[in-house]
Amino acid sequence: MSQAILAITEQLDGSFKNVSFEVISAGKKIAEKTGGPLIAGVMGAGIEAIAGQAAEYGADRILLADHEGLKDGLSDACIQAAAQLVAKSGPAVVLIGATSLGKDIAARLSARLDAPLAMDCVDVRVEGDQVVATRPMYGGKVLAEVSLSGTPAIVAIRPRAVEAVAAQGQGEVEKVDISLDGTTLSLVEKHMETGKIELTEADVVVTGGRGMGGDDFAVVEALAKVLGGAVGASRSAVDEGWRAVSDQVGQTGKVVAPNLYIACGVSGAIQHLAGMASSRVVVAVNKDPEAPIFSKCDFGIVGDLFDVVPAITAEIEKMKG
Amino acid sequence: MEIAVLLKQVPATESLIEIADGGTTIKTDGINWVMNPYDELAVEEALQIRAADGGTVTVFSLGPEKAVEALRTALAMGADTAVRIDPQGKPMDGLSTAKVLAGELKKGAFDLIIAGHRAVDDDNFQVGPAVAELMGIPHISMVIRQEVTDGRIRCTRTIDGGTLVLETALPALITTQRGLNEPRYASLPGIMKAKKKPIDTRALSETGTDPGEPMVRTIAMRLPPQRKGGRIIEGDSATAKAEALVKALREEAKVI
Repeated sequence: MSQAILAITEQLDGSFKNVSFEVISAGKKIAEKTGGPLIAGVMGAGIEAIAGQAAEYGADRILLADHEGLKDGLSDACIQAAAQLVAKSGPAVVLIGATSLGKDIAARLSARLDAPLAMDCVDVRVEGDQVVATRPMYGGKVLAEVSLSGTPAIVAIRPRAVEAVAAQGQGEVEKVDISLDGTTLSLVEKHMETGKIELTEADVVVTGGRGMGGDDFAVVEALAKVLGGAVGASRSAVDEGWRAVSDQVGQTGKVVAPNLYIACGVSGAIQHLAGMASSRVVVAVNKDPEAPIFSKCDFGIVGDLFDVVPAITAEIEKMKG
Repeated sequence: MEIAVLLKQVPATESLIEIADGGTTIKTDGINWVMNPYDELAVEEALQIRAADGGTVTVFSLGPEKAVEALRTALAMGADTAVRIDPQGKPMDGLSTAKVLAGELKKGAFDLIIAGHRAVDDDNFQVGPAVAELMGIPHISMVIRQEVTDGRIRCTRTIDGGTLVLETALPALITTQRGLNEPRYASLPGIMKAKKKPIDTRALSETGTDPGEPMVRTIAMRLPPQRKGGRIIEGDSATAKAEALVKALREEAKVI
């Protein structure tokens, strides 16, 4: 059986997404167990210059699929490229970031290769000759250990779940000729919210709930800004139409794992708590001392968020000088 | 338009989840089972397309006898026919589920297949795209808007930090994301009518698809570490509380 580990990276506009390095690091840990090698797969158009960065996290080999058809990063072209990288490297394990693109690739790859897939995992390891992954289920209410039998074992790793650790690898870049036949998706338009930090990638998340009382999130936004964080919303705030669906944290929204999570005027429904449970430190601000969020936080302040949150913002500004 | 919708019955998101004896499944007693919320969006979108362009809406679910409830809900919302594939107690992972569903879908001639982007129990994000792969058709995930014209579908989908507008040819599969529509409630006459509609039940062994043994198995489940009650920061004023909090975050928690 092959012992190679293939870590499929993801880049956007010529820069690796952080999750790419996390995935290579997760691969490094497994490769040390299996004996490796650790191979990084890099896909895109005109990205030869960045491919070598994969070696800084321990990649022994770097397979580069550089093709004009991968320019837009569309899922069907990327799936074809990924399948060809797998064919080229014959890995025992394929790791990929569980981003919106990575999930599409992983799901179709498992069907194409008739291979097991564990999606959106927070840990992966080898036990004996078995690949075992840890994955949240029920929106994070449960952590499941799943075993994968079949080759290659495909594991999609949730962004921010595994630490990217610098480790020098051999990392010779080999170009792989790939063919993209019969792709049918075409890109009409792309809209990126510039300057907005993605909730799932943010170090700090400040969330507003029903207690916001309306769509004016200025106090929450100001606190997020001073902390360099992202703004989230509870399901009630989204259902009220105060914030976009893409801002929702919870079981039917996004699962976040920042270092610091500040819930403002969020009561703490079960489905919301599940979405923020992996945060390192949770702060709750709510005027209701009986709010369930206070039993699931590290620090709580009972008070009117419209007084307390600006005071916290001012205090942090003062601290930063 | 011949439209198929894939749906699953799941515990409502308000459910408190506990782990059953044996440690690899959840306790099911006391759980309120509902149609997966993303699948409700799928049913609603199918009904809206049918209202605009005509055609039929067929809902499929691979699940135990209980899953009939979710199918009845879809019928009550307005779906034309419902198919339940009975797994006959056979364990399934995401890929085996996709194989069985793809096998049944191939027996029809569907222009569009709609599924939730994930089920909120397993959180697999797998079945929809895997079904598309097994059928050899394109898919677009996490759609918040779609438009069908002249055998093509144009979708707005969410991605990390933005949206894409993508186009592809039918037949295709799309998965839903919140924001696509507001699912209707089943009306009382709809519910009465749905009770009389037959559900086409097919035993897995009669489908002609052998999904094989599941390659992914849950070997253990645990609850994530629970936070104990937080420390309430006291103070005479909002400013005093904020000052104490920031100090704690900096010196104790070391997060800022």
